[in-house]
Amino acid sequence: MTAVLDRPDAGGPVPVEDEARQPGTRRSTPYLLLLPGALCLALLFLAPLVFLVSQSLQTGSLEAGYRLTFHVATYADVLSRYSEQLLRSLVYAGIATLLALAVAYPLAYAIAFKSGRWKNVLLVLVIAPFFTSFLIRTLAWQTILTGGGPVSSGLRAVHGLDLLRALHLIDGDQLLGTPLAVVTGLTYNFLPFMVLPLYASLERVDPRLVEAAGDLYASPWTGFRKVTVPLSLPGAVAGTLLTFIPAAGDYINSQLLGSPRTTMIGQVVAGQFLRVLNYPTAAALSVVLMVTIVVLVGLYVRRAGTDELL
Amino acid sequence: MSTALPSTSTSTRAPRRRRSPLAWVREHLIALIAALVFLYLLLPNAVVVLFSVNQPEGRFNYTWQRFSLDAWLHPCAPAGMCSSLALSLKIGLLATVLATALGTLAAFAMARHRFRGRSGANLLIFLPMATPEVVMGSSLLTLFVNLRFPLGAGTILLAHVMFCLSFVVVTVKARIAGLDPRLEQAAMDLYADEKQTFLRVTLPLVAPGIGAAALLSFALSFDDYIITNFNASSSSVTFPMYVYGAASRGTPVQINVIGTVMFVVALAAVGLGQLSARRRATA
Repeated sequence: MTAVLDRPDAGGPVPVEDEARQPGTRRSTPYLLLLPGALCLALLFLAPLVFLVSQSLQTGSLEAGYRLTFHVATYADVLSRYSEQLLRSLVYAGIATLLALAVAYPLAYAIAFKSGRWKNVLLVLVIAPFFTSFLIRTLAWQTILTGGGPVSSGLRAVHGLDLLRALHLIDGDQLLGTPLAVVTGLTYNFLPFMVLPLYASLERVDPRLVEAAGDLYASPWTGFRKVTVPLSLPGAVAGTLLTFIPAAGDYINSQLLGSPRTTMIGQVVAGQFLRVLNYPTAAALSVVLMVTIVVLVGLYVRRAGTDELL
Repeated sequence: MSTALPSTSTSTRAPRRRRSPLAWVREHLIALIAALVFLYLLLPNAVVVLFSVNQPEGRFNYTWQRFSLDAWLHPCAPAGMCSSLALSLKIGLLATVLATALGTLAAFAMARHRFRGRSGANLLIFLPMATPEVVMGSSLLTLFVNLRFPLGAGTILLAHVMFCLSFVVVTVKARIAGLDPRLEQAAMDLYADEKQTFLRVTLPLVAPGIGAAALLSFALSFDDYIITNFNASSSSVTFPMYVYGAASRGTPVQINVIGTVMFVVALAAVGLGQLSARRRATA
């Protein structure tokens, strides 16, 4: 954007309003360009949110109709009944985000600095699974983790299942239907959202800065810690957000890889809306989820912002 | 990865050419980890391909039995699968065209103009990407139910255009912002009028961004389950909805055939895009 602003024209900096450089361009041009898209988002994104909040404060039934009674008690009810699932969703999404960061960092680093002419091929391999059906790939995880499958048998052979049980990651003889399976699926499904922003910020790190650290007698590890990591922080912040937000609301992984004891908040929202048909409860849950995420993300961005300045 | 630079800091204490395996592991640690992550990332795709030539015993295609090309020869055998695929393709194409058109216009407004309300517009575009899908899906359902709007393919399309739009704006805007403004000035200096400049210089330069945005839109729309499921009716079953239903009814092998084809097409599309970008760069 700024590249357009400070074009190397004669006559010094261009006044901002002259940005519309064509003589035929009027002040209304940006509004006309923006209008269809903004209208679409206002009608199909903002208006539904208003309806959602209003629905959560109504009482009645689907058959008899709903009336807006500002029944705030629905929220108290929802919070007391489903706080367990809400908390679980945040914990699973948080763990999956940290795991994705831990797993994606070496990958993004290798692609950015060590891949040479294979860089584009590797990037394609990161993106391609993302373009293949999410549900089919999650079903493939069922196959991978299933009872008699190779992973299960392999782990059993090296007492891996005993170890996982000792760590309370699983509690039976099965990998499927455990929190471990759900978190594995969540981490997997949102991994490209972590790798790509990390790669984008790592790729911009000037290798001469790391060399300079070495010249100043920093060990490679110190150079990495003090130069590369801080410079890749914006990518890490973007990646954690892009992973955490969809993971917290996701219910495919907990539905297909989990059990009733791993129910996440998204499953409850969908169930209340589509099976129980209790709209006020479902809407209130949805609003709670949205508010929780907005607050957490706001706190996180503020925190990450100050960290960057330090 | 194989081209990892040999370490230049060969210490004087190691005159032997051949170093210990431990040193080799240390040197290639990052590459080894990256390879393991790739295994994690691509394992499910390998399973999808492998199980597309399986002949399962029961209704579920979860354990390997024996090799068979049945599913590949009769891809449309499971009832309802190919019609759901057709619906997904139709909605995907329409949503892509609409979202790309609206999003590209908005991207030009955002990248090329400073106007009152710009930051508000920015927020409006950013918010859908920061909202969990369940919230978007359920709020749209509330809207449609309250307005007595009949659910079906139409409501699915509206939902898809909405959530693809933001991704289009962001992708195209990044491309416009990365343009060298001197190219347009050069065109103007050579007496091109604004229309000619736009059509012959600006648009071709922005086109790869628009193409990428369209590809992303299609992928997002074609793959969406959560939002779609909230806004569909029993007569408008998309392919992801079919797959989700199959997970409890029994998974036909043909699902894996479609999964394999999608993976190959995606690889080809992304690969060709990269290739043509490189050819342009070297030309």
